[in-house]
Amino acid sequence: MEQQQDFVQIRNAQKAFGSLEVLKDISLTVARGQIVAIIGPSGSGKSTLLRAVNDLDPLTGGEVWLDGVQVNKSLHYRKYEKHINEMRQHIGMVFQHFNLFPHMTARENVTMAPKLLKGLSAEGADALAEEQLDKVGMLDRIDYYPSQLSGGQKQRVAIARALAMKPKLMLFDEATSALDPELVDEVNLVMKKLAEEHMTMIIVTHEMDFAAAVCDRVLFMDQGVVVEEGPPEVIFRNPEKERTRAFLRKHLENAR
Amino acid sequence: MGLDFTVIPGYLDIVLLGGLWTVGITVAAALLSFFGGIVFAVIALYAPWIIRQPFRLIEWVFMGTPLLLQLFLIYFGLVQIGIDLPAFVAGVIGLGLHFAVYNSELIQTAILSVDKGQMEAARTVGLSRVQALRKVVVPQAVRAVIPPIGNNMIALLKDSALVSVIGVSELTLSAQRAIGATYRPFEFYLLAAALYYVINLCMEAVQRRIERRIAISR
Repeated sequence: MEQQQDFVQIRNAQKAFGSLEVLKDISLTVARGQIVAIIGPSGSGKSTLLRAVNDLDPLTGGEVWLDGVQVNKSLHYRKYEKHINEMRQHIGMVFQHFNLFPHMTARENVTMAPKLLKGLSAEGADALAEEQLDKVGMLDRIDYYPSQLSGGQKQRVAIARALAMKPKLMLFDEATSALDPELVDEVNLVMKKLAEEHMTMIIVTHEMDFAAAVCDRVLFMDQGVVVEEGPPEVIFRNPEKERTRAFLRKHLENAR
Repeated sequence: MGLDFTVIPGYLDIVLLGGLWTVGITVAAALLSFFGGIVFAVIALYAPWIIRQPFRLIEWVFMGTPLLLQLFLIYFGLVQIGIDLPAFVAGVIGLGLHFAVYNSELIQTAILSVDKGQMEAARTVGLSRVQALRKVVVPQAVRAVIPPIGNNMIALLKDSALVSVIGVSELTLSAQRAIGATYRPFEFYLLAAALYYVINLCMEAVQRRIERRIAISR
């Protein structure tokens, strides 16, 4: 399969709150089907960068492109709203705290957006909910409310919700950080499955083992810049930069 | 002259009919105040300045003046500018908008306290701001304030007696009519009080059922 090399492009991303620069001229290209992990200490700007991809945290400078279309186009307010809502349908996002809609069942969480935005019929929506929830192993909880689910189950439903829009790109913002340790694996398993299906993914994570096992490329960020990037074997086993080494050492000590 | 409840059966039908009118006006006004409260809350929080300002005037009128005066304004006042509403409709509008303003205050606070991750999650699947409010934020906010809104609805039931002054034959006015015919105020006012109490109990039962149903989805 020929890869589209510049499927996702971040060009010279900058983000500043007043004089505080959170992102300093970051560029990143992700090929179609590639999986990129972003690691780094808290406050390094990794989540901000991820949230800039679907313009949840708009950049103050730079461009984001997906599949040949600029996501953060400069348009008039109304036109921009229409454009970004359309773009976001192609970009699934999974949050640290799941953000499931508590007043809807798993089924309704999954089908709400497709029904509203794509005019899916009731039968079509049911089939979609079953398909997506089956994929994340939650079919048997299809009519449960989020309050009746464990953290890991919630996150799996949240992934199904994002997948239901048939996105071209998935963003994971510390998807397992809020989970009890014994619930992390079930979510990682679902993410691995997506990787095997060649979903393009950008993953912000604290889990180095998972990143090493699943990702094609790892970015180490610190203080708003990409310090080092490369294949996981290099970044985790043999990093060039002292800052990367220090971070990984500290992380390893904390994990013990 | 002691109490003599044997006078009641002869006028029971009038008073019960009045009770039905009270139920009707309360239910209609409660629905108006509930949905009006949601609309007012969304306007207060999100509408542009030009729409918000006239709304604030309405809010001030309904919060800062007596309900009785508001009913007079709607029923007797609006006729002068060509809006001649039936008494029942005027009563529903007056009571409904009056309590819509109070409900709006509750719902506004609740909307602001919905976790901002909810709006973000809705926006990331492609919903517009308005769609996200309608499908995700407002339904959660409303669920959170069902108990205090229920209290407002009990107050609404009690204040519905005021629409007797614009001639709606609700429970209080019906009791007065029976009294006019029998000169037995104590008996009929007690009967009216008992009926208000029964309606009250029914409303509380309905509220409890709603609360139970939404408990799981919070």
